[in-house]
This record gives sequence, C-alpha cells and structure tokens, in this order.
Amino acid sequence: MLFVTPLLLVTAVGVAAADLYGTEASVRPETAVSAAPPATLSASPAASPYPPEEYAEAGIALARSADAHDPVETTDSGDASHHGGGYKIVQWEWSYVQTPYIIAIWILVASVAKILFHFSQRVTTVVPESCLLILLGLVLGGVVLIASKKQLYQLEPGLFFLFLLPTIVGDAGYFMPSRLFFDNLGTILVYAVVGTLWNAFCTGFSLYGMKLAGIIDEKVEGGMMEFLLFGALISAVDPVAVLAVFEEVHVNETLFIIVFGESLLNDAVTVVLYKVFISFVEVGPGNVQTADYFKGVASFLIVNVGGTLVGLIFAVLLAFVTRFTKRVRIIEPLFIFLLVYLAYLTAELFSLSAILSMTFCGIGCNKYVEANISQKSRTTVKYTMKTLASIAETIIFIFLGISAVDKSKWAWDTGLVSCTLIFIFVFRALGVIGQTWVLNWFRLVPLDKLDQVVMSYGGLRGAVAFALVVLLDGHKVKAKDYFVATTIVVIFFTVMFQGLTIKPLVKWLKVPRSTNSKPTINEEIHERAFDHILAAVEDIAGLNGYHHWRDKWEQFDKNYLSKLLMRKSVYHKGELWEVYQKINIRDAISVIDQGGNVLSSARLSLPSMASRTSFSEVTNVTNYLRENGSGVCLDLQVIDTVSGGKVEEETETHHLLTGNLYKPRRRYHAHYSRHFMTVGDKERQDREVFQRNMRSRLESFKSTRHKAKGRHKKERSQKKRKGSDAKEQEVNGKPRRNVSWQDTDPVTAPVDSPEERSEEEADKDEDVGITFVARKHETLKEPLKERPKSDMLEVYQSLAVIPPSPTCAEKHLPWKGGGGTLPVCVSMETTKIIPIDLQQAWNQSISSLESLASPPVQAEPQHPRVRALSRAEAARGGNSGGSDSGGSGPAQDPRFHFPNEEENGQSLQQQESQPLMSSMKPPAPPQVSSTQGMGRRPPTFNRNPCVYLRSLVSASPPGSEPRSRGPTQL
Amino acid sequence: MGSSNSTLSKIPNLGRLIEETGFTPAHIKRLYKRFQALDKGNKGYLSPQDFGSVKELATNPIGDRIIGAFFSQGQETVDFHSFVRILAHFRPLDKNRAKRPDSPEPINSRISKLRFAFQLYDQDNDGKISRDELLQVLRTMLEMQVTEEQLESIADRTIQEADLDGDNAISFDEFRKSLEKVNIEHKMSSRFLH
Repeated sequence: MLFVTPLLLVTAVGVAAADLYGTEASVRPETAVSAAPPATLSASPAASPYPPEEYAEAGIALARSADAHDPVETTDSGDASHHGGGYKIVQWEWSYVQTPYIIAIWILVASVAKILFHFSQRVTTVVPESCLLILLGLVLGGVVLIASKKQLYQLEPGLFFLFLLPTIVGDAGYFMPSRLFFDNLGTILVYAVVGTLWNAFCTGFSLYGMKLAGIIDEKVEGGMMEFLLFGALISAVDPVAVLAVFEEVHVNETLFIIVFGESLLNDAVTVVLYKVFISFVEVGPGNVQTADYFKGVASFLIVNVGGTLVGLIFAVLLAFVTRFTKRVRIIEPLFIFLLVYLAYLTAELFSLSAILSMTFCGIGCNKYVEANISQKSRTTVKYTMKTLASIAETIIFIFLGISAVDKSKWAWDTGLVSCTLIFIFVFRALGVIGQTWVLNWFRLVPLDKLDQVVMSYGGLRGAVAFALVVLLDGHKVKAKDYFVATTIVVIFFTVMFQGLTIKPLVKWLKVPRSTNSKPTINEEIHERAFDHILAAVEDIAGLNGYHHWRDKWEQFDKNYLSKLLMRKSVYHKGELWEVYQKINIRDAISVIDQGGNVLSSARLSLPSMASRTSFSEVTNVTNYLRENGSGVCLDLQVIDTVSGGKVEEETETHHLLTGNLYKPRRRYHAHYSRHFMTVGDKERQDREVFQRNMRSRLESFKSTRHKAKGRHKKERSQKKRKGSDAKEQEVNGKPRRNVSWQDTDPVTAPVDSPEERSEEEADKDEDVGITFVARKHETLKEPLKERPKSDMLEVYQSLAVIPPSPTCAEKHLPWKGGGGTLPVCVSMETTKIIPIDLQQAWNQSISSLESLASPPVQAEPQHPRVRALSRAEAARGGNSGGSDSGGSGPAQDPRFHFPNEEENGQSLQQQESQPLMSSMKPPAPPQVSSTQGMGRRPPTFNRNPCVYLRSLVSASPPGSEPRSRGPTQL
Repeated sequence: MGSSNSTLSKIPNLGRLIEETGFTPAHIKRLYKRFQALDKGNKGYLSPQDFGSVKELATNPIGDRIIGAFFSQGQETVDFHSFVRILAHFRPLDKNRAKRPDSPEPINSRISKLRFAFQLYDQDNDGKISRDELLQVLRTMLEMQVTEEQLESIADRTIQEADLDGDNAISFDEFRKSLEKVNIEHKMSSRFLH
C-alpha cells in the first residue's frame, strides 16, 4: 500500500481542487486551500462560480449530490461573478470546464492509480487490481466525505449502464473467442439461465424464510416479492468482476469461457426478473394474477431473443458497412464502435437485454469486420476497445469503493448481510454442482470437480448488482437502504475476498491453467482438418451431431453470408491463407518490436536456411505480441502525421510528382543518420545476410523450385538497427504491397473489372502487413485506380516528360535531378537508387557479383516479409528480378503507387533479358500486366525516368535483396 | 428392448467389439443400423461406393481421405467390425474409467485420435508427412481460394514450424508435439448417440 499513499495525496488534492471548490469555502476551505490556493484567489468573492443546475444536468452526473448542497450558491449566478469587476487578466472559468474537467480528472486518477499499482509486481500478482481499485475508492471516498461531509460521488446507474458497461461488454463481445464460445454455448446457456434462476429464487425464498424466522431484523421491511427482487439482482454473476478477476487468474480457457459467458448471458435473466419483480412489488403481491406470471415468461423470451436479434441485425449491418469503407479507412474503427454501441442502445431502447445484444453483435460481426477492415484499423479497434474497457473497469471499481463510503447508504442489518452472503455462496455451489452433473452427461469433455470448485468460487457479484439496487425506488421498496448496504457488502466480499483468494486456490488445486499462446499455423491447419474429419465421421455414422451442424453452418456461411458481408477481394482469399498471413504479420511485428530483423518469419522455405532456433524464437515471440503496443504507436503516429495528405482528389500530376518526392527517404533520413555511426556493425551483419541470401538464391536456382525464398536466422544483435529496420520497412512498403497483391489475386480470383481489381489492390495494400504509411498510398492510389491501366500509363509518361521543376526528390536526392552525384546511391546501402547512367555499369558489376556469389557489398536486409513477398512476386511475375525493386525500391517513396501491371510488365521484360533472373520460372505470371508491359516497355525505358524509376520501385527480385541490385541493371 | 436384442444378436463377436471399442450395446445397435443402411444390397460389408451415398461427404474437402481411412491397405471392403473400430476413434474419452496400466491403449485415446488424423495426411504410410502430402491436403482444404504459390508458402511454414529434426517432413512425433496444446480430446470427439 505504500504507493497508494502518495497517490492518495495527489488524488485528494485533485478531488478537492476539482470539486470541493465549488461546494463553498464554507465547507472546510482549509482542506481545499492547500490544494489550490490560486484557484481560491482568482475565484471571485462569490467563491463558487458554478451554478448547481449545470452541475447536476451536466450530463454525466459524476457528482450527483452537488445539487443537494449548494442552494446558497444558486444565488450568485456565475456570470456576474465572472465579469463583474472590470477586466481581469485571468479569469476563473470553472463552471465552463467543470464537467469535462472532473471527468478527465477522474480518468486521470484512475489511470495513475493503475500505474502506481503496477510499480510493484509483487502486489499486483497477489492482489487483483480490482481489489486495489476498490480500496483506493474507499480511501478516496473517505477523503471526499471528510472534506465535504457528504458523499458527492457514487456510481450512477445511468452512467454505468449507458457508458461504462457498454465499453466493457463491447470489448468482451467483439473479442470473444467465438469458436470456444459456441463450442460451449449449451453449457453456458444452462448456467446463465437455469443457474441464475435457481440462484435468484433460492436466495429470494431463503431470505424471506429467514425474515419470517426472525433472523433478519424487523426493520427490513419487505414481503416475499421484495426479497425475490433482491434475490434476482444479487444472484447474477457480474461480467465486469469476473473479467477483472479471471483475467488475472488465467484458468484454462474452457473454464473461463463458461464463467464469463455465463456472466454475460445471464443479463437477460436478471433484467427480466428484476423488471418483473419490480412491477410485482409495485402492484403489490396480492394483485399479481396468474396471467402476470405468464407475461413474465413471455417477456423473458422476448428480452432474450429480441436482444440477440437486435445484436445480430447490427452485426450484419456493421459487417455490410465495412464492406464499403475502403476509401475511408480512417473512420473504419468508428463504424465499429458506433454500431456496436448502437446495438446496445437500441436494445436498451426496447428494454431488451442490452448486454446480450452487444455481445452477439460483437461475436457476429467480428469475423466479417476483421476480414474487411485494414490491418491498421484492426489494431486501432483492438487498442481503443481495450483502453476504453480498461478505463471503464477501473472507474467502476473506484466508484464502487467510493460509493460505499456514504453514511446515507448504511442501513446495516447483520442478519440480512450474513444470510445473503451464506446463501449466495451455498446456492451458487449447489447450483453449479447440480447443473454440472446434468451437463456432464452431454459434454464431450466433462467438467471435473476442480472446475466446479472454481466455477462456484468464481461467482463474483459486481457493479451490475449495485447499479440495479441503487435504481430501486425507495418509496416502493422500503428496505432499499438495507438492500444497498447488503449489496455493497456482497460485492466487496466477492470481489475482494474471493478475488483475492481465487488465485491461490487455483494454484493450490492445480487447476489447469491456460496456455496463453497464439495458435501456430500447424494448429490452425490441423484443427481445420479435425473439423472436417469430425463432420465426415458424423455424416458416415449418420449422426446429426454438433459437427454436422457446424459443417452445415460453415457451408451456409461460405456460400451466402460471407459473400454478402465480405469484400470480394477478401472473400476470395482462403481463410487459412488469412490466418497464415496474420501469423506472419504478428511474428514480423513482434520481431521488429524487439528490435530484431524479421528474417525468419516470412515465407521461409529454403531448407538450407532452416534453423530451428530462429524459428522457435519467432513463434515464442508471437506470444509476446499480445499486449505489445509499440506497433500501434507507430501506426497511429503515421496516420496522424500524414493525414493531411489524404485528400483524395489529387490529379495524376500530383501523384506522379509526389511519387517522386522520395519523401520517406527524406523523412527518415535523420532517423537513419542517427544510426549511421553503427554502420560498421551493420556492415558486418549485412554481409552475413547477403552471403546467406546469395547462397540461398543459388540453391534455389539449382533446384527446380521456382520459389526463391530465403529463410534467415534472426539476428539477435540487431537492436541497434531498429531504426533502420523501420525505415526499410517503410520504404519497402509499396513494393511489397504491390507484390503481394500480385501474388494473390491474379490466380485466385480472376478479376472481372478494373474496378474490382483495383479494389483488391487497395485492400491488399491496406491489409498486408505492417504498413507504416497509412494514408499516403491510399490517397495516391485511389484516384488512379479508376482509370484503365493503359490510360494511366499514358498519363504517366506524358507527365513524366514534363520538365520537372525541382521536386523535393530532386532537391534531396541529388541524383534524381541530374546524374552528377550519383555515387551516393551506388554505395553501401541496398536501398539506393541507381541512376540511369550507371545502370549499365551497375548491371555488369552485379552479374559478375552474382556469379561470384560473394558480394563485396552487403545487402541491407529488407524487412523479411517484404522480402519474402517480393520474392514470391518476383517468382511469379516472371522474375521481375530484373527490375529489382529490392534494391532501389526501398529508396523510393512507399507511396509510390503506380499501377502494378505496368511495372510488372516492364520488369518482366527486363528480366527476360536477364538470364539469371529468368532461370526461375514464373508460376503464374499476371496476365494483364505482362501484356501491357510488353507494349510499353521500350519507351519507358529510355526516355522516361519516372516510369523507369517506377519500375524499379515496384518490382522485386525473385531472389532477395542482394540480387535486388542486379535488377537495377535496367 | 426385444428388438434391440434381436439386432444385436445378429452381430458376431459382439462382446469383443464392445470390449475393444468401448461402445455400449446401444451405440453398437445404432451403428449397426447405420451400417445396414449404407450397405446397399446387404452384402455384409461396405464398399467405397457405399460411402458415396453419403451426400455430405461430397462437399467435405477431405471426405475422400476419410473414406479411404476405412479401408485398410489394398482392401476394397470394410466389415462391420472395422467400421465400428474406425468410428470408435472418435468416441469421447471415458469419464471415469480408471486406467489400468496393463490394458492396451484404448482405441479412443489421444494418441489414437492423433494417429488417425496423421494417417489421413500420410497417404504413403511412410510415417512422415512430406511436403507434397501436406500440400495435397492443403490444396483440398483451401480449394481454389489461393494460389499454388501461397499454398506452398503455407506448407513450407507449416513444416518449418513442426519439423524438429530438419528432414523437411513431419513425423508423427513432430505432429504430436505441434498439437500439444490442442484439446484433442475435445476436437476429435463426437458425441455418439444423443
């Protein structure tokens, strides 16, 4: 608790400064003064500039009781005090910023609290964060209480249900492991529905029995209905609490999904029971007719099914919308947040189960949305959701703590509290055991005793119960205060005591933990195979079992749903391929994050290169990625910085010019030069890499395989080169993307129209891999896309011929402007552009080099993925090796978005003339491109530097970087 | 119960079959009915053509292989015993049966399930999934959605990932290891008779 103390001071100050201020100097100004003397000073004599109405209505009523104690202040309306005494240099505008200010302060407090908690590893491993947060809340509440004599804050049901809860549920639903969820859906539903009903009624009736027996005090007024109502709201396992605690416990995933799924799905039951009993309480138990019970059952069905339906409708809508966001990638995430949230609100609107709706919306849309949106959007969605959920959770727990410190709430009855605690625990355990016993008859993998213990013990109650009990109408439910107090105790007991002990318990019982690893490609493939096997076996055995229906659903999904909800380009890609790519990307990102060079994660295939160590490293690294944010940061940064350039209506000229600006080079120049000192180090590595590449390439030539893929050991010592890595990646962004597009599409999905193709292209661009240049290429590309390719080509050429005013590129890249300073580019870095004049010579030297296979110049290792992709591309695209974007490409702007076809064609040609390159046979040369390229090539070659350069950029050498040089030969 | 007895009585060696596969008589009876339904013309055995009548298998990418798995090497027929024995691979693990150390590996154990799956890949029965064999499976599972190039890269990566001894193929041991974390008991089990 050491760190809590300083925190408290800070927060106390913050709280005091933020809120108490207004509440009047009369309320112990001394305490507050220390915190913010200047504030008091500048505040006009009227001292509290804020009108209470505003405070109360401010929307998010963080301080709901404010109105209660400032009747005095209403007299001085803020404006008068502000502008009363002539001109003031500094004005105190508290009333203006108050609400957002308070909210921001609270969030800040919550976040800082988290930081402080995590200063000590030991504490956080022992004590769940939720406990710490509640404790903090208690202390904060105490401070506020002492300072103002009144509790200003509490967890507002409105705030909770409309804002805090949805963020958590949205996150949970969207990232719900759907396969696991549906595999266990039956079990989850049983626990959620039967279990919750059982708990509610048993607890309710038992408490009523206790009341009749006199154990619960007379003061707790209430009949059977009141106690049933209380039972209903106290019996539901709370998703927020369960998530908070179980995420730290790491029980095995089946167990987790069952408990967590139950906590989500029982919402429907709770909502209905709650509403039904409230209405029963209102009309009085005597007036309840039989029909009302049936109405209750009916409303249960409606709330359930309706909530689910609303969720699914929004899921379809959302998936469908994301089909068309290709051009507005930047707001893709927004659609997801909005529609998922709307699913929640809509369900609330019709008083259906909002949690159910949101959960199913998330589960339902996830597959299609993830396929449709770009990699960057995926990352954005993920992190935004996690951030929001995390902060919401933090606030919930802090406010739970604060809410508890409120004299007005404490109507303590020992009998009620202890009975409730005992009953909810006992009935939970009984319910779990009974249901598991039944369920185990049906489950493939029965839940054993340990699971049952954890499930019983994991029945945590939380903020939902609290919000519901606070919502009770004190006039109709006389015992409300007792219920509130009891609920708080129950929540604290379950979250703090059970939350604290569940970890040791799990350890002690040796409950199987989750393995916490990302799937490998092996698992993905084999599991798919298992599904098929099982489906077939069930068909053969004539059983219409789970797999049978699953198979049917998959067929349906493939034939109709996916067609409707996924972009064509995505739809045509194999799912397994997607997975494969994802795994690759994940590895690549993580390796980069660690400062490594992603050599091994790409499509590695040369057996000679196979090195077990590097591979396992990479796969381990996969796990590392889980919470790793650095990739994202980069992402967002780029989005931000470049967003200015995302105007879509740029002319072709503009594209061309921008394309030639070599911006990234410039931009990263500083970065790069920073690492210039380490060049010696780098050189060594590069040489190594290059030699390896050469070797691999030679081997691949020898072998009949038409792929030249190299696999390289990851260099551990490359930390220093991180910067340059990043740069390379960026730089290579374009070619790689083009390449990969080429890679996939021509064969898989015979393209119908230019439009579609372009779409795929664009998608590809966005989706493949870690592209750090978010907007740029898109911008450039989209307008281009619309035109038929040949057209474009023309334009380019003509444009290119326009005598360029000195472009950026020319200024920054000397060789671009005139041939004079060429040597620069020929030097050590692979990422250079070979000036046209030097091409010839370069070529020759390269070929000699190749024959030697021991290059004097080391290749700068490209981003492995890039390399792999480009290699693949090269292989198929007729070994565009010639064009060797590998070398020169990187130097150019990643945005360099020229139509791939042309480039390919050109490169194709060039390669053909190159014996070395052509030795690899292109498996599937892109038809379009080649033909077009043919016609074009001569002109481009000689007289048009732009086009020529372009070809350099986008084509990549089949082999790898080293060779990349070769291509430069043009 | 009378009818079930009469059905069961037709099955020879019932006791041994139950012992061997762990199926209950009710399971066996049901499977026997299914067997008869598949067995066009009451031959007493099934031929590959009989399996063809199961329509869903046609849409199953690896349906052929699974049918193939029912026929031991070089044979064109499968009798009821083998039929049941194959299906027994997919029986869920027994809930409470204590494992007797002396008893042979049950037919539905994790290892047997894995071996069954492995054999679907390993068509030439050399104990290894070669790159080509893997490619074939991938090709059928991915249908026409990806290019050959992509297939190969997936296959390559898969092998790289699983291949521990560097022979560019996946042996059964490697196969087992690569699936260590997978809940095979769950994924490779079907609920018979419910």
